Amino acid sequence: MTDDSLLAQAREWVGRAANQPATARDPVNVPMIRRWCEAMGETNAIYFDESAAQAAGHPGIVAPPAMLEVWTMAPYRPGGRTAEEGMAVLNLFDEAGYTGVVATNTRQEYDRYLVPGDVITSTPIVDDVSDEKRTALGIGHFVTLRYEFTDASDERVGRMTFRVLKFKPNLAQPKAEATEEGGENKFPHPRPAITHDNAFYWEGLSNRKLLFQSTDGRLRHPPGPMDPVSGSLEFDVVESSGRGTIHSFVVMHQPRLPGFEYPLPVVLVELEEGVRLVANVLDADPKEVEIGRKVEVDFVEVEPGYILPAFRLS
Amino acid sequence: MSGTLSGKAAIVGIGATEFSKNSGRSELRLAVEAITTALEDAGIDREEVDGLSTFTMDNNPEIEVFRNIGGKSLKFFSRVHYGGGAACAPIMQAAMAVATGVAEVVVCYRAMNERSQYRFGSGYTPPPVPNAESAHYGYYVPFGLLSPASWVAMAAQRYMYESGATSEDFGRVSVACRRHAANNPNAWFYEQPITLEEHQQSRWIVEPLHLLDCCQESDGAQAIVVTSAERAKKLRQPPAIIRAAAQGAADDQQMMTSYYREDITRLSEMDLVAEQLYAQAGVKAADIRTATLYDHFTPYVLTQLEAFGFAPKGQAKEFVREGNLEIGGRLPVNTNGGQLGEAYIHGMNGIAEGVRQVRGTSVNQVPGDGPVLVTAGTGVPTSGLILGPA
Repeated sequence: MTDDSLLAQAREWVGRAANQPATARDPVNVPMIRRWCEAMGETNAIYFDESAAQAAGHPGIVAPPAMLEVWTMAPYRPGGRTAEEGMAVLNLFDEAGYTGVVATNTRQEYDRYLVPGDVITSTPIVDDVSDEKRTALGIGHFVTLRYEFTDASDERVGRMTFRVLKFKPNLAQPKAEATEEGGENKFPHPRPAITHDNAFYWEGLSNRKLLFQSTDGRLRHPPGPMDPVSGSLEFDVVESSGRGTIHSFVVMHQPRLPGFEYPLPVVLVELEEGVRLVANVLDADPKEVEIGRKVEVDFVEVEPGYILPAFRLS
Repeated sequence: MSGTLSGKAAIVGIGATEFSKNSGRSELRLAVEAITTALEDAGIDREEVDGLSTFTMDNNPEIEVFRNIGGKSLKFFSRVHYGGGAACAPIMQAAMAVATGVAEVVVCYRAMNERSQYRFGSGYTPPPVPNAESAHYGYYVPFGLLSPASWVAMAAQRYMYESGATSEDFGRVSVACRRHAANNPNAWFYEQPITLEEHQQSRWIVEPLHLLDCCQESDGAQAIVVTSAERAKKLRQPPAIIRAAAQGAADDQQMMTSYYREDITRLSEMDLVAEQLYAQAGVKAADIRTATLYDHFTPYVLTQLEAFGFAPKGQAKEFVREGNLEIGGRLPVNTNGGQLGEAYIHGMNGIAEGVRQVRGTSVNQVPGDGPVLVTAGTGVPTSGLILGPA
């Protein structure tokens, strides 16, 4: 998806409900109010002392206005939100690679005090999707949600705008695993440099998939931002069969890196799809490694979470 | 076509430090020593220098060099990328600057404690922030393919497979260079020739490359002074006219790992340089008297012989077997000993040898006054020169 069509699709949501209305699991109640006040350091007695509330002109205990959103919050689940609790407008961004999310600001307006017994319903409405912004966290779009809060008789009791930034995370570079002793691994396996152009390739490997860029059926490796033939900045990603032929090879003797076994064969494989790839060979006597030998890809976890392709002789 | 650059500029001074494994002094000092020597050779005052050119991997900033040599007005400075592949490119830059009147005296330099401080052969270390260059190395280094020798060996293996060239054919390059170095008092391997048997018995670095297929690692500096052909007539030394200068990158070029072009056994970038050099100078392979062919690793000397038309594609092995690279052969190469025998000064010392062949002062002088070919690093974006007498 291009960034333009992403934005157009996201903006189709503006003015529409981002999700189903959520009704509070519990009515407004004094125990929850008391806990919240303790946690927040709130000492105003009108929130937990009947007589203090009446002295202040209320019919009885009232809930702190800032608790507006508390009543309809989704349940806490260790595994995160369910699909129903997610918002399709935000999912669009996730699918386009804007996987990062951070709440940036919120604003609440109150129509009346909530009192014990009120049953609150909130409805999120997509208010705005910004143009692309370049932030310190990464490139992204601000999505503003407007929550309408109503009581059991459908009267509005408050409103909240809540803004999140959906962003493409700045590319975190893989770090070497710590040793069992807890210190930094003195001889980590050499790491790739991950850029916007090749992140899909290395992500594919971490999922044990060998992926190549493809434009109009032309495959290419190593990855680059532009298809050299058409000039297109768009590309598809296709998974390789992993089958190929050794096009050339070397056997490394020097220099020797910790963690590698020498003599170390390194092969240049021409895959069935026509692209070439450099990798090591698994479980092979270096003498068996020859130009023209058929090979198949496998994947090796050289360090926890760090997966590289390797070939086996067919 | 006769290019307008041809014949406009000349190399009028060469100067070098000693070539060693540990210079014991700063690279900047090596640079200014070599430059001073080269200017004295040319008979040009330091104050007259108004242009400087070098290539990446040299660590000496132009302005530091310029301040130290007492320069007054620096009007032209450039630094060409890709290390040894750029070796001839500063001369091209200098010639262009001189030909267009941008500068009058341009000094090209390369000064490095490559052996005592860096050792390219010890492997690639990525920079802290990822970019397109460090991303490139990510396709090789995690598999242990991390040294220049290993990157060249991959292409060499395929070359052997397709052409029938053997390790001994590579060895013949090394033997010729060491034989030439043996006559050169400035060469690290002065009076230390090798035999083909010694080449074959030397340990593996990266199969199919033996130790003696790999150039040295050296400390040292080389400087080259370029000015106009007109002014060159009035100077101390017989000028080496720059008859052609060219750069080349082509055919899905990568930095040392052009493994994705259809034919990885050819140096398409050197094919491009050869075509331009011959056209500019108006000469052909048969006219070339001697050559300094970049010899960081022996296999690419064979490929260069093919790129320049000294042998048909895949047949350089016959040319080499006939002894043509040695003194008395059809094309004596690297008469200073090359980087295998003299020193690894990133090809800049090879240019100086080309100048000596034009002047008639090489320790292994090749008779005649025909044009001299000089090439730069192979497997990378590259460059080349054809030099000749006035």
